[in-house]
Amino acid sequence: MGKLLVIFFGGVLLNNFILSRFLGICPFIGISQRVETAAGMSIAVIFVMGLASVVTWFFHNMILVPLGLEYLQTIGFILIIAALVQLVEMVIQKSSPPLYQALGIYLPLITTNCAVLGVTLLNVSESYSLLEAAINGVAGASGFALAILLFAAIRERMELSEIPESLKGFPIALITAGLMSMAFLGFAGFRLEALFGVM
Amino acid sequence: MGVVQAVVVLGLTGAVFGIVLAVAAKKFQVEQDPRQDEIVQLLPGANCGACGFPGCSGLAASIVAGDAPVNGCPVSGGKVASKIASVMGVEPAPQTERKVARVFCQGDSDKCGLRFVYDGLAQCRAQNSVAGGAKACTYGCLGMGSCTDACKFGAIQMGPNGLPIVDEAKCTSCGMCVDACPRGIIQLVPASQDVTVLCRSKIRGAEVRKTCKIGCIGCGICVKACPKGAITLEDNLAVINCAECDSCGICVEKCPTKCITMRDDTVPDKAVHVS
Repeated sequence: MGKLLVIFFGGVLLNNFILSRFLGICPFIGISQRVETAAGMSIAVIFVMGLASVVTWFFHNMILVPLGLEYLQTIGFILIIAALVQLVEMVIQKSSPPLYQALGIYLPLITTNCAVLGVTLLNVSESYSLLEAAINGVAGASGFALAILLFAAIRERMELSEIPESLKGFPIALITAGLMSMAFLGFAGFRLEALFGVM
Repeated sequence: MGVVQAVVVLGLTGAVFGIVLAVAAKKFQVEQDPRQDEIVQLLPGANCGACGFPGCSGLAASIVAGDAPVNGCPVSGGKVASKIASVMGVEPAPQTERKVARVFCQGDSDKCGLRFVYDGLAQCRAQNSVAGGAKACTYGCLGMGSCTDACKFGAIQMGPNGLPIVDEAKCTSCGMCVDACPRGIIQLVPASQDVTVLCRSKIRGAEVRKTCKIGCIGCGICVKACPKGAITLEDNLAVINCAECDSCGICVEKCPTKCITMRDDTVPDKAVHVS
């Protein structure tokens, strides 16, 4: 239990996918103008990253490891994630139109997102168990959600502020992202293992 | 040997997913009217919402369902409406005249002073709510450029003296700027209307003279001068009836404050981008 908590809070705060690992920057910058759309994207990412972690764990441990083909991880995971997202999109479109309305436009955007691929590869390199991998996927995506929601809220506020001409739009957004990243560095001092009694 | 194994594993995985996706595509296919896609292609795709539906695809779905007329898009002209009508297999609606947005204020920073210095949110609605705005004329343009932000077609830009300038060639009469202006200065007028009274002030003439050099003072000279009788005075403000006006230009010459203007097609070129 302690280790799962360490993985979860480590993924959300210490090793935040966007602000510490710098993965998934393009949706972070691209879909953060409005809190509403950022929330939709976040839910889609949590869903896909959790699912991808589980499915790739099976692919890796049931197929690649027994055959000694671990070096196919990256290309194999890309294949699986892309197909999986397509499949999920179709199922949602058929079974739940309201959910598709809310999530549908974001799903294709994350088929080959580096954060999704990143979390699956990290699961392998940390040799996590199935449950740990699933928790890591959800935690990584929750960290993504936290970062993009905070960022979108700041950007909404910035739209009403007077910003120097040369910094309007993306420049000020990138500076803000850098400042947020530095702020999140403060979490790096946490000793989660000691906190949750796993040593 | 290892290479063969790798190729076989990846190939098989790909094939399995390919088959699953192909089966799923058939099994989970969602019936959609093909006309909807065709109509989405015809619509401008700006998702401005002027039609009252959620974006162009929303309007397309409503047209297919019969909830919206084929000319439901106020932005695209009659040509698109008739194309959509032919997709739907109905008679096209009669063409209506194209309208354009016009700014009914000429009180720029040289001609109309300020009552105080405003230093708040850079939005017209915000300034308007602070003691009625900083402009000396309580009917005049506040010049914060909310209309330029609202325009999805880049048809309004702020001019050099703090007044927005409409590029009538780009204007699609969607009405977003009309809604964005807290003072109702921007209105949609028929594109062929050349003569307009560019003032909205309902204040008495003597007061207008104190605040703005180019406002309508309600003197009534234009009313008497108009050979067609197309101009009337309403609340100290001259109003032109577009249906009767033949753009002769007599009122433009007679107006003592020059607030009645003949459309000047060279104006949009003077626009500078400031936002």
